[in-house]
Amino acid sequence: MNTQFWLVQAFNGISYGALLFLVGSGLSLIFGVMRIVNLSHGAYFLWGGYIALSVIGATGSWALSLPVAALAVAAIGIAMERLFLRSEGFEYLRNALIAVGLGILGALAFAARWGQVMGNPWIQLVVLTAACAAIAYFLLGRIAIVAIEADVLRQVLLTVGFAFLFQQAALDIWGGNNMDINPPSEFTRSVVIGGLYFPLYRLFMIGMAIAIGVLLWLVMEKTRMGAAVRATVDDAQMARGVGIDTNRISMFIFALGAFLAALGGVIGGAFLGIYPGLDFEMLPLAFAVVIIGGMGSLGGAAIGALAVGLADNFGKALFPEVSYFTLYAPMVLILAVKPTGLFGRE
Amino acid sequence: MASQRFKILLVVAVLAALAFIVPHSGSFVVLLATRALIFAILAMSVDLLLGFTGLSSMGQAAYFGVGAYLTAILATKMHIGLGWDFWLVVVLGMLLGAALAALFGLFAMRASGVYFLMITLALGQCVWGLAYRWNSLTGGDNGINVSARPNFGIDLTDERTFFFMVLGFFIFSLISLYVLVQSPFGRSLTGIRERELRMQILGYNTWLHKYIAFVIAGAFGGLSGVLWAHANGLVSPETVVLTTSVDALLMVVLGGAGTLVGAALGSVIVFGLREYLSTLVPWWQYVLGAVYVLTILYLPTGVMGIPARVRQYLASSRRKAKSDLTPKELASEPS
Repeated sequence: MNTQFWLVQAFNGISYGALLFLVGSGLSLIFGVMRIVNLSHGAYFLWGGYIALSVIGATGSWALSLPVAALAVAAIGIAMERLFLRSEGFEYLRNALIAVGLGILGALAFAARWGQVMGNPWIQLVVLTAACAAIAYFLLGRIAIVAIEADVLRQVLLTVGFAFLFQQAALDIWGGNNMDINPPSEFTRSVVIGGLYFPLYRLFMIGMAIAIGVLLWLVMEKTRMGAAVRATVDDAQMARGVGIDTNRISMFIFALGAFLAALGGVIGGAFLGIYPGLDFEMLPLAFAVVIIGGMGSLGGAAIGALAVGLADNFGKALFPEVSYFTLYAPMVLILAVKPTGLFGRE
Repeated sequence: MASQRFKILLVVAVLAALAFIVPHSGSFVVLLATRALIFAILAMSVDLLLGFTGLSSMGQAAYFGVGAYLTAILATKMHIGLGWDFWLVVVLGMLLGAALAALFGLFAMRASGVYFLMITLALGQCVWGLAYRWNSLTGGDNGINVSARPNFGIDLTDERTFFFMVLGFFIFSLISLYVLVQSPFGRSLTGIRERELRMQILGYNTWLHKYIAFVIAGAFGGLSGVLWAHANGLVSPETVVLTTSVDALLMVVLGGAGTLVGAALGSVIVFGLREYLSTLVPWWQYVLGAVYVLTILYLPTGVMGIPARVRQYLASSRRKAKSDLTPKELASEPS
């Protein structure tokens, strides 16, 4: 274990931390603004990677896949936030969407059970779906909704449900194979500094994280929008009182969080691979970032990401048997001493 | 209370029916019922925290996991727990679960609300990390195969015999937890759930109450883990993953938090759906996701809360029907 070992491991840890920053900062902002522990954040990461694969497959352009995947997942995030997490005013649309989903499930179940008696499967499936959906819509409309805004646990479990749905949908759309995102060949080279090889792609990751971090910081600190977001993080009720539309803020932040997670999926997919189960592997790491740094704090997320990236790398290299323990145990200690995280505000 | 007695009789009747019907069904049903009952014990331990104390623990799989790993390690490395000493392992599993909860509780009890949720999640991940990486002890990703079941005169290798033993443990857990929540201690837990500050002002040591509940829940988590190791025959990091903890929470919410029986019901529903559907169709996980979403949005009080909600609905629609009457009809209505 010489200097070279430490330098290379530190570099790997920092570049991994850069990726974690993309995933963690969004999660942190969502928590800060909405007090929602979003357990489908890992699914956003995974979907970002998969959509990028599809875009690359269709157009061959890696550069194009970055914004397309991130925007697509941001749209999914907005839909989820508006229809399910803060659904005031969208109850009918939500019921309709759930009814269609149930209709499809019902039709699929019917086809699986009595598939052989069906003549033209497509027409029958559509008719069955419509019939089941109509029944479901009628029934759902009769049930009084109990608002979930104030109930942390129900919101968390709702995002878990979506994480499962996204997971299965990804499996059905993209299959169960381990896939790789191949960035342009310029990125596969390495830079040699002082006899050490630094892969260009990892340098790109670090640069990207710094650029996004600075951009986010500027938006949060220097714009009116950012001030409104900070006010909402500190005290949502008071922010509403002085005329800030916290509803719009929460939608914006949720979309931003999904955008960043998906961006992380595209960038991280190049060296992690994209495979089923990656969503629930990334999720606890993203939580570690948020918990260490403090929920709702951007600077905290950056420091948390760096800490987790380094702890993960050095832990695996130095004490492989307890490496995850060395990652999560400090997190517990920090939480026990300061439940809001290092930079979280009360 | 007459209605309380009726409810208890109903539960006894259902359990008796279960004990009678399940062994006469196919082996698949026996397997399913055994596993559902083991998870029901875990779910009831979550319910003690969530439904009665108001703590949403997201790391209950940790105690489940240590119980399971303890059983597996003792059985494969030291051949302990395959004869009469199985009962010793049961006690040890509960003690280890309680001990771990006693340690974790020191950290977790410092937080409340959503921070409690996060810290228990982190604690659960600690245990998962050890299970996943500590190859020499836990077998790492491959886990440990528990090929033999205990045989102490009664051979638990037979699935039906094993089912009866699990049913026995389930009834033991149900009764002990029921007695616990009905006791003065349990009443003060409910008081803490409703308003912790008031209980503090009344002079209750709420920290200690919550801590003891947390430790007891850990003990029952350990018990379910011991049983799971023998039911599943394989203990791997999959046992301790985050989704196990979340599943246990869903079971409680689905059945109805604060009812104990509801947790068991939720476990039967989730297990039944998952195991049965996964043999039929490849897209069963959509159903599980749908159960989550529907439960959370439309059934916040769970299955056990349905009768109350139906009564509420009928009452409100009767009121509405009344208010639809014309003024003349209203005048003739006796008020």
